[in-house]
Amino acid sequence: MEAVVDELPVILGAFWLTVKLTVVSGVISLVWGIVLAAMRVSPLPVLRGAGALYVNVLRNTPLTLIIVFCGLGLGTVMNVQFSQDDLSLNSFWLSIVGLSAYTSAFVCEVVRSGINTVPLGQAEAARAIGLTFLQTLRLVILPQAVRAVIAPLGSLLNALVKNTTVAAAIGVMEAALRMKNLFDAHGDAIIPIFLGFAAGFIVLTLPLNLLSGRLAQRLAVAR
Amino acid sequence: MTENSGGAPLVRLEGVNKHFGPLHVLRDIDLSVGRGEVVVVIGPSGSGKSTLCRVINRLETIDTGTIVFDGQELPAEGRALARLRSEVGMVFQSFNLFSHKTILENVTLGPIKVRKIARQQAEQRGMELLERVGIASQASKYPAQLSGGQQQRAAIARALAMDPKMILFDEPTSALDPEMVQEVLDVMTGLARDGMTMMVVTHEMGFARRAANRVVFMADGQIVEEGDPSVFFTQPSTERARDFLSKILTH
Repeated sequence: MEAVVDELPVILGAFWLTVKLTVVSGVISLVWGIVLAAMRVSPLPVLRGAGALYVNVLRNTPLTLIIVFCGLGLGTVMNVQFSQDDLSLNSFWLSIVGLSAYTSAFVCEVVRSGINTVPLGQAEAARAIGLTFLQTLRLVILPQAVRAVIAPLGSLLNALVKNTTVAAAIGVMEAALRMKNLFDAHGDAIIPIFLGFAAGFIVLTLPLNLLSGRLAQRLAVAR
Repeated sequence: MTENSGGAPLVRLEGVNKHFGPLHVLRDIDLSVGRGEVVVVIGPSGSGKSTLCRVINRLETIDTGTIVFDGQELPAEGRALARLRSEVGMVFQSFNLFSHKTILENVTLGPIKVRKIARQQAEQRGMELLERVGIASQASKYPAQLSGGQQQRAAIARALAMDPKMILFDEPTSALDPEMVQEVLDVMTGLARDGMTMMVVTHEMGFARRAANRVVFMADGQIVEEGDPSVFFTQPSTERARDFLSKILTH
């Protein structure tokens, strides 16, 4: 227990990195996932095909592989660099790319299922007053679709919080990698350190679940 | 063909055919609607009435034939089609008000986003239209909070807000409780009187008699008979129409 208290600033710093990974890749995933969903329901076969291909590849590849690819493939082989002199900042952004690429595939499918809950008549009425396809999607369909899937989106965010630990694979000093380092430094306090980190994750995810459940009820569209 | 159209008709369908899979829903349809004319389309269910209504703003595509609206053939897609649709109002059987928007927002969405009218101006006009259909007091409510009749009147206001050249009504009272039918028909009768060009698919024979310039009777995807309502309802010239009328007018 003492080890946990002593290392509290380090642990909190690691969780702060976890939060940053979650928030940044969460926002990117939401936006990119909605774009992908729009592609998958678009009238253009090329866009539909590209969207389906992307989702099926990314959703069925283990996140660890994607993150390692981002670190080695993008970072080392293709020399994609977000920062010239700060290695940890570079791997931070490379892992954001991986997490977002992966999570957006799931967001796409959740949003698409939300689109399916919106009655066809809504789109017909929107088209009938002269809205274009994109306006119909943006002003009528997506607002209702997203509200219908706030709870499942909350689950995705929950999963994302925990998935950020995979960034440890390319050396991002988030909570999981920091925990492993602390194990090495405090071999006598493995259980308390483990419990401390587990509690940290629960503190992050539990309110998310409550909030998304509450929000889903508040924003539900009455029909 | 049309009595009160000055010059070219507003809508002209020529040789229109449409299939749903093996089902031939529209067979060689030739039909014109003049400016200011009120055409009521009646016929048994499955006769293609609704499809006829929906092809005019291209919510359904056609297989062969031509549809000309206001001197221009219907655009296939894209912005040109959106522009055409903004000039043809549509009122649906199931209202289809935007569930996540208030009644006033439903009415102002088109003017603001399609016509690019300033919000304040659009809201002022929207309130006038809601006043006209008698539901101004419901402006800030959501569709689900209104009765069916109120929702359908809001949908009519939404169509009117675009200043359409024509309004299509696809069975506007079929989903309503009986006591709410009249309030919607009253609004429609008012529009007809004010000279709006209307095509109305309906089973309300009273409305057809009172407000229509012409009745079109459809069966099996074809226009079987058309003519002046007073003539059609008293002396239909085809056996098919006589049969249909005998079934609906006896009670």
